[in-house]
Amino acid sequence: MPSDIVDPFARDPEATARPLRDFARSYLRSPSGAVGLVLLVLIVLAALCAPLLSFQNPYDLLQLDIMDGQLPPGASSMAAGYTYLLGTDDQGRDMYSAILYGLRISLGVGVISATTAAVIGATLGLIAAYRGGRVEAAIMRLVDFQLSFPTILIALMILAVLGKGIGNVILALVLVEWATFARTARGVGLVESRKEYIEASHVMGVPTWRILLQHLLPNCIPPLIVIATVQVARAISLEATLSFLGVGVPITQPSLGLLISNGYQYMFSGMYWMSVFPGLSLLVTIVAINLVGDRLRDVLNPRKDS
Amino acid sequence: MFASILQRIGQAVFVMFCMTVVVFIGMNLIGNPIDLLISPSATPAERARLIAEFGLDQPIWVQYWRFLVGLVHLDLGTSYIFNEPALRVIMQRFPATIELALAATFLSVLIGVPLGLYAGLRPYAPLSRFIMTGSILGFSLPTFWVGMMFILVFSVQLGWLPSGGRGDTVTLLGVKWSFLTWDGLSHMLLPALNLALFKASLILRLTRAGVAEVLPQDYVRLAHAKGLSARRVVFVHVLKNVMIPVVTVVGLEFGSVIAFSVVTETIFAWPGMGKLIIDSINNLDRPIIVAYLMIIVLLFVTINLVVDILYTVLDPRVQFSKARTR
Repeated sequence: MPSDIVDPFARDPEATARPLRDFARSYLRSPSGAVGLVLLVLIVLAALCAPLLSFQNPYDLLQLDIMDGQLPPGASSMAAGYTYLLGTDDQGRDMYSAILYGLRISLGVGVISATTAAVIGATLGLIAAYRGGRVEAAIMRLVDFQLSFPTILIALMILAVLGKGIGNVILALVLVEWATFARTARGVGLVESRKEYIEASHVMGVPTWRILLQHLLPNCIPPLIVIATVQVARAISLEATLSFLGVGVPITQPSLGLLISNGYQYMFSGMYWMSVFPGLSLLVTIVAINLVGDRLRDVLNPRKDS
Repeated sequence: MFASILQRIGQAVFVMFCMTVVVFIGMNLIGNPIDLLISPSATPAERARLIAEFGLDQPIWVQYWRFLVGLVHLDLGTSYIFNEPALRVIMQRFPATIELALAATFLSVLIGVPLGLYAGLRPYAPLSRFIMTGSILGFSLPTFWVGMMFILVFSVQLGWLPSGGRGDTVTLLGVKWSFLTWDGLSHMLLPALNLALFKASLILRLTRAGVAEVLPQDYVRLAHAKGLSARRVVFVHVLKNVMIPVVTVVGLEFGSVIAFSVVTETIFAWPGMGKLIIDSINNLDRPIIVAYLMIIVLLFVTINLVVDILYTVLDPRVQFSKARTR
């Protein structure tokens, strides 16, 4: 082969030699994206290492001292000998420790529900895109119907019926969120499934499930990642709202929303710290995830580049 | 056209029917209401009498049939807590919710349209960037959190506005309204603003996108070329065309404003049906929960139906494409 003929299938060695590094570099070009990422990493680390970073286990009633109840930030403990950085609640629970543990529940519920919804929604969306016809019509009808109701209403209905509990909250969030994933997956799937490589594998007799999983799915991943990031933030926010309303997680496993709710009544008598600090943690978490999601959207969407 | 409208109405009725099944089955999954209603020391005979009185000894399809018959007669049972018909309890609180939702919608237009107009006309001004960042916050901050901050700042710290309740009301047409008294208005401002924030961000972004789309159009350039004042071009030629999608969204989102009032009403102790449903869920007051869910589903099915029918009437392409496929 003469050397001046360029192989059209050869990859440009400069451009894609280190795809991950290129991706990271273009991601970090935006300061707000970088700030969001740093915050998010810190928050996730804090949640994962909560037992190491906190002074007490806020669920262990033996470690709580009722005499330390309602102390303002910076007060020191009567018995245990440490400072309550963010004050204590009415039970004498260290707010700082409670927030770290609450963060675990909030993040956990958000990530688990968004991931489950992504799997279910993407599967149904891709099936709809690939199969078309009656299957597509049925799935998309359901999606449209679901999306015509506000999220909070669907979640409220499910929790009114099933009652409180972390499992029920996750179920409600999954049922609220799958439709968004299904719609996105179908949109991307429709574009991809018209391309030649799908047609080729179809002609070669590759089974449908392999076409869906090995060929269609990997090419639909980038937009789904963007949606999933934003949906984690929405799930955390909705979970906090439901817990604040008293229909979310049970009192024994307080998420940030429930901590805010517990401290809410004390806010009127000036004891702001019980609900303001969990509130700020919730806020920073949601904003950090949204910043990362925004930046991912810009980087992963080639049309919006430059 | 009539055929497609009839088809849509049929679908709406079918959806309503499905929701009655879902709600009924769901409600029967919740624990036995008898346990809540009578004291544990009641004799077995008393217990049996109450179970029979509520019809809970019947097979489930008989109970469902009774439920459906009751629905048709607008009888959704008697509230366990208030000892009044569930529908009446909800309807008593309905005006407060509607009043709050209308005030919030009004505020969201009042905030969203001018700010969106400014951001669209001067996209690179520092203030526009500030406005757009603010609208992102309006989208992503949980409503309850913002409401809590409002109370903390304006009620607890500054003491300017009351933190909850409806204030003085005036009875007009047999219904109590808050917006007719100063006290009522001051009670309404914070919750209405809280509820409006999300929709205001939405309207702001819609308006800005609309302005950006309309500005380069020929008729706007012609209006400038004709020598019309900038004020007239913006307020007549630009704004008029931008308002069409805004009005559509305001109408469509009204149902969701009512749904989200659940959160705002709970924070500001606003005595509407949103606060009622949360209290009823916590008290396991089944008839109220069922009645609320049925009313809300009816509301949303109706809104969607009306929008669909309006589109069929207004946009001839919708029915042509249907006719061709037949």
